[in-house]
Amino acid sequence: MKTLSKIYIWVIFALLYAPIIILVLFSFNRAGSLNHFSTFSLYWYKELFRDPTALNALKNSLYLAVGSSLLATVIGTFAALGINKMRNKFFKNALTSVTNIPMMNPDIVTGVSMMLLFVAAASMPFLPIKFGAVTMLIAHTTFNLPYVILSVLPRFKQMDKHLTEAALDLGCTPAQTFFRVELPSILPGVISGLMLGFTLSLDDFVISHFVSSPDFQTLPLYVYNQTAHEVKFSMYALCALMVFVILGLLLAVNFAGSKGKNKKAKVLPMGGIQ
Amino acid sequence: MKKRSFIERFAAVPHSVWALLFIVAPLIFVVYFAFTDTYGNFTFDNITMLSSYTHIFVLSVCFALIATVICLLIGYPLAFFISQLKPKTQKLLVVLLMLPMWISLLIRTYSLLALLDNGGLFNSLLEKLGFERVKIVGTSGAVILGMVYDFLPYMVLPIYTSVSKLDARYLEAAHDLGCNNIKTLFKVVLPLSVPGVISGITMVFVPSISTFYISQKLGGGSFDLIGDTIERQFQNVSTYNMGAAISLVMMILILISVAVMNKFSDGDEGSVIV
Amino acid sequence: MDQNTKIIELKGVCKSFDDEPVLKDLCLDIHDKEFITLLGPSGCGKTTTLRIIGGFETADKGELYFMGKEISDVPPYKRHVNTVFQRYALFPHLNVFENIAFGLRIAKTPEKEIVERVQEMLALVNLKGFEKRTVSTLSGGQQQRVAIARALINHPKVLLLDEPLAALDLKLRKDMQNELKALHERTGITFVYVTHDQEEALSMSDTVVVMNDGIIQQIGTPEDIYNEPKNAFVADFIGESNILDGVMIDDYRAKFAGHTFECLDKGFEKNEPVDIVVRPEDVDIVDVEKGMLTGVVTSVTFKGVHWEIIVDIQNFKWMIQTTDYCAPDSTIGIYIEPDAIHVMKKSEYSNMFGDYSSYSEEFDELSDAEAEIEEE
Repeated sequence: MKTLSKIYIWVIFALLYAPIIILVLFSFNRAGSLNHFSTFSLYWYKELFRDPTALNALKNSLYLAVGSSLLATVIGTFAALGINKMRNKFFKNALTSVTNIPMMNPDIVTGVSMMLLFVAAASMPFLPIKFGAVTMLIAHTTFNLPYVILSVLPRFKQMDKHLTEAALDLGCTPAQTFFRVELPSILPGVISGLMLGFTLSLDDFVISHFVSSPDFQTLPLYVYNQTAHEVKFSMYALCALMVFVILGLLLAVNFAGSKGKNKKAKVLPMGGIQ
Repeated sequence: MKKRSFIERFAAVPHSVWALLFIVAPLIFVVYFAFTDTYGNFTFDNITMLSSYTHIFVLSVCFALIATVICLLIGYPLAFFISQLKPKTQKLLVVLLMLPMWISLLIRTYSLLALLDNGGLFNSLLEKLGFERVKIVGTSGAVILGMVYDFLPYMVLPIYTSVSKLDARYLEAAHDLGCNNIKTLFKVVLPLSVPGVISGITMVFVPSISTFYISQKLGGGSFDLIGDTIERQFQNVSTYNMGAAISLVMMILILISVAVMNKFSDGDEGSVIV
Repeated sequence: MDQNTKIIELKGVCKSFDDEPVLKDLCLDIHDKEFITLLGPSGCGKTTTLRIIGGFETADKGELYFMGKEISDVPPYKRHVNTVFQRYALFPHLNVFENIAFGLRIAKTPEKEIVERVQEMLALVNLKGFEKRTVSTLSGGQQQRVAIARALINHPKVLLLDEPLAALDLKLRKDMQNELKALHERTGITFVYVTHDQEEALSMSDTVVVMNDGIIQQIGTPEDIYNEPKNAFVADFIGESNILDGVMIDDYRAKFAGHTFECLDKGFEKNEPVDIVVRPEDVDIVDVEKGMLTGVVTSVTFKGVHWEIIVDIQNFKWMIQTTDYCAPDSTIGIYIEPDAIHVMKKSEYSNMFGDYSSYSEEFDELSDAEAEIEEE
């Protein structure tokens, strides 16, 4: 039984990773074929970096990921603070439910709905909205927000409410209290929210597909356009690169997350002997 | 009641405004477009026209259901087996399980395509081994395989969370009361992990029913699913309204099925719908 | 001790949470340099009173004076009081030094002075050499000291302590009680202390304020509270008591349990119904024929210093603490000295306490555990 279950786990994981590993491996194949591996080379990577569209997409993706995750983190952190302290149960529930809509709705519906909003806004004479960077920033911030709030809100809830009072007691104004005591306590949540947002934004294709324009391509959009027709082998290189980046980010998030968890565990004895 | 500072009172305001503008308003526009024609006149035509899309809805639901069931059949044992391993191994496997979730769907689907394509590695291998080439891409099997491959981790993770949280004493109690391993699994573990299963089903079913990239790539264009249909409607201004109507119906369908499924769980863990 | 300067005055303070009154028209004067303890069961309003003084809650009605000035609308960070919180609330992201220095940093004190004063505080609470430790590596008692040092470094006029010892184990609690008392004497700061532990209150305080249901039941020195409880609630809450229905026949003569006793109380109306309190340790066991009352021993528990026996006297269960062993089911006589009888006016608490018929150790522990739950 034990061995069987281990074999089962191995097989599933092997199947899960096989396509990705093969893709990454063959991105180093000079021959540009999936049938035989000629020599190891970075040729397709060089090719990729000679493509100005790809580089531009990379630049856009990074700007967008940084911008939308930062914006979502600032708005979301304050939102979590407010939601945690909110008294009106109805408003609190309504706000959290609405916040979570982009998380539970299929991406395609979120994308389509935002596209319609922007289409309608663009048709108004006093709102010269153009599909591109601005619409993408809005859309990405919107779908990042629930994730930021989801990772920050529990930190506020876990925080000893007496910490805030202790700070006030020792002479902090409410603003000083937030920056000197509350923010440091929730920081692990804020950071993981930020990284989560960054990764999600870098990764998003479906929503971007509906709210962007050809002038503003991100990496996933570029991949989509490239794979729509005959496939250039430099796409394999790009995909492999993206796998590496995501891998790095995920490890970083996990590291930050587990660090936060350790802290939590260490804080526990603070509860005293009970 | 405790006094709230100015910051605490108004911290959620920016987010509330943002949510109103970019989550609620877009959904209102979906409804608006669904009930108007290209000139903005109120009409039921889009809704009545939906009947001609019935076969697409049925096909999509079938594909998504089959994929979900396969994911459940593969995923449940996997989650259970992982939960029986040493804690350190468990942690590692969970990270390995999460990794593909973060790699763009585009890339994963594309790597699968590269593997299974007529000229792909799989078929070359078959040929070298002396078998006939098999046409995989373009069959309904390939589409379902794509869904299973892409969304399996979404099934395993919530089930794993639920199973691993099970108090070991329940299992000991079951053994103590005369259940063997198999009976314990069916009488204790399975019923107690229902919330995780529900969560997993939702997390696989929702993206499966709304996907368009998978069917485009692996279906070779021979299958039209809801996602493809919506995507196509939004490529042309004149069919926005029809697209909005289909999106609306799909959203309602998903909401209902998620709500029904959540009825089966005791609530606190069916966290996909909040 | 200067009993004449009032440092804090609460006048007619009312407070409700969700329409549930927690404080009902509370009036309390706190004098400079005194160690005053708010004592009561959980939910009696003691913590709320403390939080109103600290500025974390606002009273619905009533006034709060600090050195003669009304301060209800002054935010906590502008009040000259500091708080030692339940479970300490030390900042987990700061080390011991920075936790203690926190108040001075906020006040933008020069670095040199900060170092000096923190060292001074560390010496005061016996934590020299712990500067660089993170708070999570400290034991409960050490965390407690850091919390006290952090609150004292701002030289507050009043220190508020909210059940500061509740999270410590018994032995440590006793040590910390002595230390806190010594600290109070050394610093000369007014201490306002909240606890549900009557022993703690009696052994540390200059003044004890017994509270229940949002009302002050009695204010007095520990001796007053113990020896002259004002009503059945106080008598029951502070120590063990047999509380009986009685009648004041005349000055110095009270009748209860079918017998007329001599006592030291006067000033009641003739034949006024009263509550009688007899402490278990004040009852002498004598031979049946010499007893003022006789009864049957129903249970005997060994307590170390003494035996605790329950005696059924005319269907009323008395608790008696004695150093002489009495066998269960034996009949004994009891004798009560006049000064062992306390007469109290009837109150809303009459007949609610004082009978040991349902008494059991287990029950006692249960109610203690309940009191541990943090009061909101």
